[in-house]
Amino acid sequence: MGVIRRTGMFVLQVNPILCDSFGHCAELAPELVHLDEWGYPIISSEPVPMADIGAYESARYAERGCPRKALHIAKINHPRPEGPVSRGRGTV
Amino acid sequence: MIEPRTLPRLFAGAGKRPLSLADHEQLYKPTDNVANLINELDASGLVGRGGAAFPTIRKVQLLRHQRGHKYVVVNGMEGEPAAHKDNRLLSINPHLVLDGAEMLASMIGASRIAICVARDNPTVVNHVERAIHERARRNLRGPGIDLHTPPWRYVAGEESALVHWLDDHESLPQYRPDRPHILRIGRGPTLVDNAETCANVGLIGRYGAEWFRSLGTPRHPGSVVVSVTGAVARPQVLEVNLGSPISSILATAGADPQPQAVLLGGYGGAWLRADQIGTPYCNEALAPLSLSVGSGVVAVLPRQACGVAEAHRVVRWMAHESARQCGPCAFGLPALAEDLLTVVRGGRDGVAAIARLGDRCSVIDGRGACRHPDGVVRFVRSSIDVFSADIDNHLRGAPCAAARSSHHFLTVPALEHEEELIWE
Repeated sequence: MGVIRRTGMFVLQVNPILCDSFGHCAELAPELVHLDEWGYPIISSEPVPMADIGAYESARYAERGCPRKALHIAKINHPRPEGPVSRGRGTV
Repeated sequence: MIEPRTLPRLFAGAGKRPLSLADHEQLYKPTDNVANLINELDASGLVGRGGAAFPTIRKVQLLRHQRGHKYVVVNGMEGEPAAHKDNRLLSINPHLVLDGAEMLASMIGASRIAICVARDNPTVVNHVERAIHERARRNLRGPGIDLHTPPWRYVAGEESALVHWLDDHESLPQYRPDRPHILRIGRGPTLVDNAETCANVGLIGRYGAEWFRSLGTPRHPGSVVVSVTGAVARPQVLEVNLGSPISSILATAGADPQPQAVLLGGYGGAWLRADQIGTPYCNEALAPLSLSVGSGVVAVLPRQACGVAEAHRVVRWMAHESARQCGPCAFGLPALAEDLLTVVRGGRDGVAAIARLGDRCSVIDGRGACRHPDGVVRFVRSSIDVFSADIDNHLRGAPCAAARSSHHFLTVPALEHEEELIWE
């Protein structure tokens, strides 16, 4: 088990064709997902830093917990925007 | 040879019947020695005529560097019920479209061309079939051409739905999270272009970029085929110079010179206010008004019509045409139509409905696999904005007389029963 440096950002994306509004994602990742009036997930397209371990873990739970496998985590590796951002470290 | 700076270009062969191959080659010129196609296409600045106005050269460059058994798909599906441009183009001169498709195929190295016309237009299907036979008899070199006839649906003309149909006989849009996305038939990369775009490529390949740019504006060059409907004596399809004032297009078509509003870009488009009809018809001038040429629809709404009632009918039909794959589209669009109906009826419920419409629009926007819901949202937002004075009257309980009339100006096909919709 190595120590990995969490750099970059991620976005949780939903495939709207596969999604059947089970709504598990909103319970597993409440900080990223909320549901619209028909029960389909609204996910912010704003990238979240990988360093935000809590959010990333929730995103992974949501991705795995989706009965239709409609969610996936898209990693964005382009250079981060200006300003020093704390580099979180975590073990996996 | 067509002279530069003259119209018609695409409609030069307009007559009672489509041009034969011999007549076509006499009118334009044979395509034997076309050189530097890519450079000419790049210099021409041609943008797609299907609605998105995407630069054609960028698609070609993307596909050129792909490997495999490639396809060129000519999109003549004509999804917009208000538009007739692809049908008209293909029934005047199918060979010009096919020339352009062959040039695109040679640019990207494609081995097959698929031309798609909705099976609901049997005349056009016949014209294209005859043209393909004519070319096969002449044994023109180049890739083979197949005619495909998917069923007509609003979203069946969307490029990923069309490719899905060619691949798997289902006219349903596909999920494409990362753009640009390369569509594939089987494993073969596929270039999809509108029929009018192909016809323009056929002209650029013959006469060059400089000739092409002699009409239109610097950022949106060439001519465009416009379908004028609504408050006109007779719905018309015209070829116009990009950048000519919209009022002059209305005058040429014999439309109501003082309309209430003009719908640009089809049922996923937006309204132009009456005081803006002097605006040049090109994306350069329309973009600041958050409008676009789109698929070339110009629908004129006269003063005596009720804009909200027309918007409701259009949205109800667009909701019905949803492929029902994505929740926000399948449930959201009928909800928008329901809200608009409440607004038309007016009263206290209408006030709540207007507030709800705004919220629902921002919830639905951008959450489908294709751009169908986004287009409806754009149309609804624009309708609320442009007809705000009329909406206030409705909400005060004094709707306009036209709201109860059964005479409508925007043509909408009859709603079919949901189980009777044909997708394959």
